[in-house]
Amino acid sequence: MITRPDPRLSTAVLASRIVAGGLRRAGRGGGTALPGLIANRIDPRVLDKLAARLPDGVIVVAGTNGKTTTSRMLAQMLETDGRVIAHNRSGSNLVRGVTAALADQVHRAGKRRPTVGVIESDENALPEIVRRTHPRVLLLLNLFRDQLDRYGELETIAAHWRPVIANLPSSTTLIVNADDPNLAALAATTNARVLTFGLNDAGATLDGLPHASDAAICRVCEAPLVYDALFIAHLGAWRCPQCGNARPPLDVSAGQIRVESMERLFMQATRTHGTPQTLDIELTLPGIYNAYNALAALSVASAIGIPDAAVTASLGEFQPAFGRLERVEYHGRTLTLALAKNPTGFNELIRTVASSGWVGPVMIGINDLDADGRDVSWLWDVDFERLADLPNVPHLLTAGMRGDDMAVRMLYAGMPQERIDATAAGRPLADALHHLEQTSHVGDQVMVLLTYTAMLDFRQALAATGAVADFWEQ
Amino acid sequence: MSTSTTMLTTPPTAPDLPTLRIGWLYGQEMNIYGDRGNVLALAHRSRARGFGVTIDAIGIGTPLPRGAHDLYFWGGGQDREQISVSRDLQGEKADVLREAILDDVPVLAICGGYQLLGHGYRPFEGAHLPGVGVLDVTSEAGNVRYIGNVVIDAGDLGTLVGFENHSGRTFLGAGMQPLGTVRVGHGNNGSDGKEGVRFRNVIGCYMHGALLPKNPHLTDWFIARALARSAGLATLPPLDATFEQRAHAGVVQRAQAQAQGKGSRAAG
Repeated sequence: MITRPDPRLSTAVLASRIVAGGLRRAGRGGGTALPGLIANRIDPRVLDKLAARLPDGVIVVAGTNGKTTTSRMLAQMLETDGRVIAHNRSGSNLVRGVTAALADQVHRAGKRRPTVGVIESDENALPEIVRRTHPRVLLLLNLFRDQLDRYGELETIAAHWRPVIANLPSSTTLIVNADDPNLAALAATTNARVLTFGLNDAGATLDGLPHASDAAICRVCEAPLVYDALFIAHLGAWRCPQCGNARPPLDVSAGQIRVESMERLFMQATRTHGTPQTLDIELTLPGIYNAYNALAALSVASAIGIPDAAVTASLGEFQPAFGRLERVEYHGRTLTLALAKNPTGFNELIRTVASSGWVGPVMIGINDLDADGRDVSWLWDVDFERLADLPNVPHLLTAGMRGDDMAVRMLYAGMPQERIDATAAGRPLADALHHLEQTSHVGDQVMVLLTYTAMLDFRQALAATGAVADFWEQ
Repeated sequence: MSTSTTMLTTPPTAPDLPTLRIGWLYGQEMNIYGDRGNVLALAHRSRARGFGVTIDAIGIGTPLPRGAHDLYFWGGGQDREQISVSRDLQGEKADVLREAILDDVPVLAICGGYQLLGHGYRPFEGAHLPGVGVLDVTSEAGNVRYIGNVVIDAGDLGTLVGFENHSGRTFLGAGMQPLGTVRVGHGNNGSDGKEGVRFRNVIGCYMHGALLPKNPHLTDWFIARALARSAGLATLPPLDATFEQRAHAGVVQRAQAQAQGKGSRAAG
């Protein structure tokens, strides 16, 4: 590809790289935000220009849950197919983080020059990222209640997305999770080519809407929706008994889901568009939510012509991103680290832990900094009752700045007070790690569920002992 | 979803112990920011004393039976749901609720529930949402959202902590008594330094969090008031509140640190 010299862009890219390199050398968290801010200051169109230099276009991934995992699955599929990609792999997903990642990667020379971009986008940043990168594919995963003090109510996000979706050109492929009534409603308004995905699996259903659910009313006539099958939160085979609005037909679907263990899930994916095909998928992650993530990545792959063999091979070898059920050996204990960002994510983690027949202690660390959500009221929307009922959790440790709130939550969920240990609550996560070691035994499996900054701090404590690498090195 | 559902029935552990019958108003439609934690708190601290507990969820289209509940809880909702609820309230449901309140049935109403116990809510756009009108308070949309930890001094109810997240502004009529004075946060309207309202055994306020789990003294006040009235309970037996008190103290600390711009990583 021949590109005309653009001194302003070159300066912006160079500045971004120098600042990022400097921050990395200074050990400052990988430097994922500041470089992008500086590049944008030098050339306000830096992101537009960088995206335009990717000949095979940009794929944007958005949604409340599963962005990082799905983007990584997709990246692996593309790389297995021999493509060179640009990707904001660290999960820094605001405009500045995306800019810094592309500045770092797009301008490479020769065979390492990327041809396609995979961009994970924050919910609020989505309109700007779409406007500036003109994605070839926009993938929408789900909309759940997240950190409401940061994003406002669910309705606000949907309203924020609506004009963007409506104005997509017909050259864009919009891939949506049709099991989410909000996303299906958004997809009904666009000029883009639409592909739908969702589950068809009677064996993976919930008994009823969890407490954290939103959107269980019809977006057309506001009558309560009826579900023929409910898979996660408000995701399912929905229909409106009043006006006949219903889940649209699925272009790609998954069924026969079996979670074998904490590191193996089987499912069958069926594609009815293009070359119809049924694929047997073996995935290295558990949980229905990961079945959704894999199905979403697979839907994009089939829309842009990645061979099925590359798709199945990638999913069969997939390594989770940091803190997404990542396993760490620590002084003879095996810790499974899981990031718990919001009620739906937490509910699904608990469901996964319960269905795996978990044996061993559990630690939950809750912080309330901006990146975690300063409001911890969402803990009351999580169905911790299910965790409190597990027979083989000898004790539960609560930690983090709001570890005391978590202790109350478990008490009210029905866990006996003597099994709840809040000793490390309100103290640094390094103290919690130490306390975890003191209260567990060599050979124990320990499940560690943490909010975002609690995860960063806990990993830092682990990194100090050499148990894990810093996350920006992954 | 349009029927009254009994969500929990626990009998008392002894025949001479009372049962707390909780009516959860619009639990399906108005349950944002973890407001159901309040119901769980009432249930937990009743059951731990051996009392029975029933929780009925009363939704849109469900009649509100007279005299069937010892206490009502009403949480906050998203705008769309609040419109449907305001419509559903008009008529008999509002009458039953008004009579119960004037008959001293305790009510905890948060955010949207608080607004709708008053004269109503005036949004920026669209029609005024009429409320029950039993509280002389009016609410309207504001252009700044108040978000953050709240600490108030509530007189005989002590210190109360919660988390506010509202763009609505509520103003109390002349005869209305506020719940407390704001120490950290914005409260009813961000201008008069007051938070919430207290009328007979009704408490209305903007404090999510959820409120009761970190204010065990307020939970106990509600249980005591409700059961004194309906079951003649003379005194509430004491109950450990170690975790709850630690959570309460934690919020006071975090709120003060954040108010002073020190939302630092002290515990991280």
